[in-house]
Amino acid sequence: MAEQVIPTKKMPPGLQVENIDDRIMTLNVGPQHPGSGHMRIIVKIDGDYIVDADPDPGYVHRGEEKMAESRNYITNIPHLERPVIHDSCNILYPYVLGVEDLVGIEVPERAKYVRVIAAELNRCIYIQYWLAIYGIFLGHSTMFMWPAGDRELLIDLMEKITGARVTHAYFIPGGVRNDVPANFEDVCLRQVNYFEKRIKEYADIFYDNPILKARTEDTGVLSREDAIRLGTTGSVLRASGVDYDLRIKEPYDVYDELDVHTNVLKSGDSYARSKIPWLDMLESCNIIRQALEKMPKSGSIRTKLKPNPKGREDEVYRRVESGRGSAGCHIISRGKPEPYRLKLSVSSFRNLIALPYLLKGEKLGNMPAVYWSLNYWPVEADR
Amino acid sequence: MSVIAPKFRLGYFLKGIFDNAFWILTIVTLAGIPAIQIVLFYLELPVIDGELLTAFLAFTWLFNPTMQIPLIKALIYSDLFRIVAFPGFGFAALIAAGTIFVERKMLAKLQLRVGPFYCGKVEGILQLAGDGLKLISKEIIIPAKADKPLFWAAPVLFVGTAAAFVALIPVAPGGWVVADLDVGLLAVFAVIGFFPIITILSAWSANSKFPFIGGIRALHQMVSFEIPLILSLLGVVILTGTLNLSEIVESQSSFPWIIFMPIGAIVFFTTMLAELERIPFDLPEAESEIVAGWLTEFSGMMYGLVQLGSYLKLYAFAALFVIIFLGGWTGPVFWPPLETELITEGIPIPNYAGDPILTVNTPGLPLLDKDPNEWVLQEQGELVYTSGQLLVSGVIWFVLKTVGVIFFILLPRGVFPRIRLDMLLHIGWYKLIGLSFVNIFIALGLVYAGVIGPGGIL
Repeated sequence: MAEQVIPTKKMPPGLQVENIDDRIMTLNVGPQHPGSGHMRIIVKIDGDYIVDADPDPGYVHRGEEKMAESRNYITNIPHLERPVIHDSCNILYPYVLGVEDLVGIEVPERAKYVRVIAAELNRCIYIQYWLAIYGIFLGHSTMFMWPAGDRELLIDLMEKITGARVTHAYFIPGGVRNDVPANFEDVCLRQVNYFEKRIKEYADIFYDNPILKARTEDTGVLSREDAIRLGTTGSVLRASGVDYDLRIKEPYDVYDELDVHTNVLKSGDSYARSKIPWLDMLESCNIIRQALEKMPKSGSIRTKLKPNPKGREDEVYRRVESGRGSAGCHIISRGKPEPYRLKLSVSSFRNLIALPYLLKGEKLGNMPAVYWSLNYWPVEADR
Repeated sequence: MSVIAPKFRLGYFLKGIFDNAFWILTIVTLAGIPAIQIVLFYLELPVIDGELLTAFLAFTWLFNPTMQIPLIKALIYSDLFRIVAFPGFGFAALIAAGTIFVERKMLAKLQLRVGPFYCGKVEGILQLAGDGLKLISKEIIIPAKADKPLFWAAPVLFVGTAAAFVALIPVAPGGWVVADLDVGLLAVFAVIGFFPIITILSAWSANSKFPFIGGIRALHQMVSFEIPLILSLLGVVILTGTLNLSEIVESQSSFPWIIFMPIGAIVFFTTMLAELERIPFDLPEAESEIVAGWLTEFSGMMYGLVQLGSYLKLYAFAALFVIIFLGGWTGPVFWPPLETELITEGIPIPNYAGDPILTVNTPGLPLLDKDPNEWVLQEQGELVYTSGQLLVSGVIWFVLKTVGVIFFILLPRGVFPRIRLDMLLHIGWYKLIGLSFVNIFIALGLVYAGVIGPGGIL
């Protein structure tokens, strides 16, 4: 008889005492595991099947919301983009829109177009990074290297616009921080066209690959009803057949003047969830080309603010479509230069809620494919 | 990353060289030469010029110009040389090292990057040596609750088994193989059967969860793919009627078996990828699911040994594919045949079987012929070559074909994602076994239709 170890106190999750004749094995996938992120999934497996999965985020909590209460509206900008540095324009977008509502300033027409171009470029940069990790999670090393290399094209472009490669801090209340360089339209059009040609090649090696299709189709199926009930957003929601894109439903800045299409797939499996962001990138290229055409060639790019702007006594909630889904920002102002309370409502955490439902009953080999197809960024969920 | 180079000082540089030279000389004189003498004392040494070579004579003759060539010849034809250097471990390890380098550079070109670049100035050619030195210098960490003797033994057993596999591979005509068995192919199957046992032993002895899952996966994979592997090679055995690998190669002197057995070749190639745990069948080492699978707890040179063993295994499988399906060393000889006038000048001396063997002074490669004083001529068809020429030509063909097969083994890593365990078992038990039976029926059909075999057309 195996000696029974009786725990004297309640043990933390993931540290269960296991006997040798237990059928269920507990695996701590993360936080130091090549297949997690900065988080942990406590997986219980019976043979090759997952019986229970418990995501455990919180390893990279930074307290961004509390930090925002002691800084004024301008100095909040650089640290609020830190949760997703790869998508820094889009995570900053709702905050900037909200502050403009509170302070009550108008944004020049040219700045709105520059914002849209920067936001769409940044969406592509984020999706390329996400796609690279999705490739290596499935053991496809070429799909890791190609997006990571092609991402450099757009990073160079963003560096020309903003002066920084990754953390741009480009959007400010009243417009953008600085104007685009002189020959920007030509360079941007050329790079975006080449980028579009490159990402269309991914279909040959990745999305039409028979092994990839056999592996990810019909795994982790999220039905339309469950996707709405669990509150998922963005690519996860659109992969389950819900036509929901904030760029169309609640257009902000100049998205209502542009011809934006939404990509919707019906199946709701890992394959559809991984394909939607790639289709989004192609759509972003179209939007950038339209915006470059319609953008006013000259004009102001920023409305001057007072040195230490005070918001009126009110609360606003603005949200935009980020690379992962809807990113919202709720600001409560008490007439001071600092926000009284700032709440970031991010899509990563909403999408993570679906993970335990999707992993239950799946095979262990499907875990990385399902987990990363949720378009989840661990640092954003922790904020 | 920038490294500031220290200022060059001639004094320090010379002191470094002299220090190194001093210590090398000291160690060689005090430890190396006695060690070699002791080894030579216990070895069975050959007879050269009617005089038994001794440890003392070996050192004396090494500096005698007239005895150097006979000494080297005796060394080349000794068993030790075969095991350590040419058809055995050293040759295989050289090809394995080349494979690692080619894999990294080729994959880098496929993925639009440069790969190893700085170490060794020329395209990172010394990167492998640097990696090896790093692995040797790292600490070996063993889990506290591991079964230590088994855990230590697993990498050594793995390399040993891979080396046993290499020993069965014939490389060139004229018996250039470490172990020339009449049941060579059967021995290969027996050796392959050891790998899953070693894997599951190491996985179990690590006493950790991720290695355990990886070991179970490796066991599933290897056991279920060994059956189609063995069945896919039976077609060639039916056609040739022998299990000796050298004879299988010689049976393909006019055409390789892949012409008649393409299905068997495809099945064998697929099972080979699975046995080697290469993408798309790298489930036992699936990084994003189970860290590094059954290799998770290995560190330092233990991990290096397992890697060495797996690349030796890769070479041996590629060589087996070449031997069985691509005709091994057969191919056109790179030199023009000897002139017949030279041969007619000599005195023909028939050997016991009645074949004429000619004793003449002809140009050739004297070092590689068995008799120290005379060059033995061999006939291949109507053309006549020295055995040394045939050896070099055969080795070049063998290496070229093996490198070609290795290239196709490496290529899927850049193209395919990893597959899942249930898909793997489905492919192994349903599709590959069925295909290999089709292959066997094709072979039987060829034999009974009288196309190949005794009294056949070809």
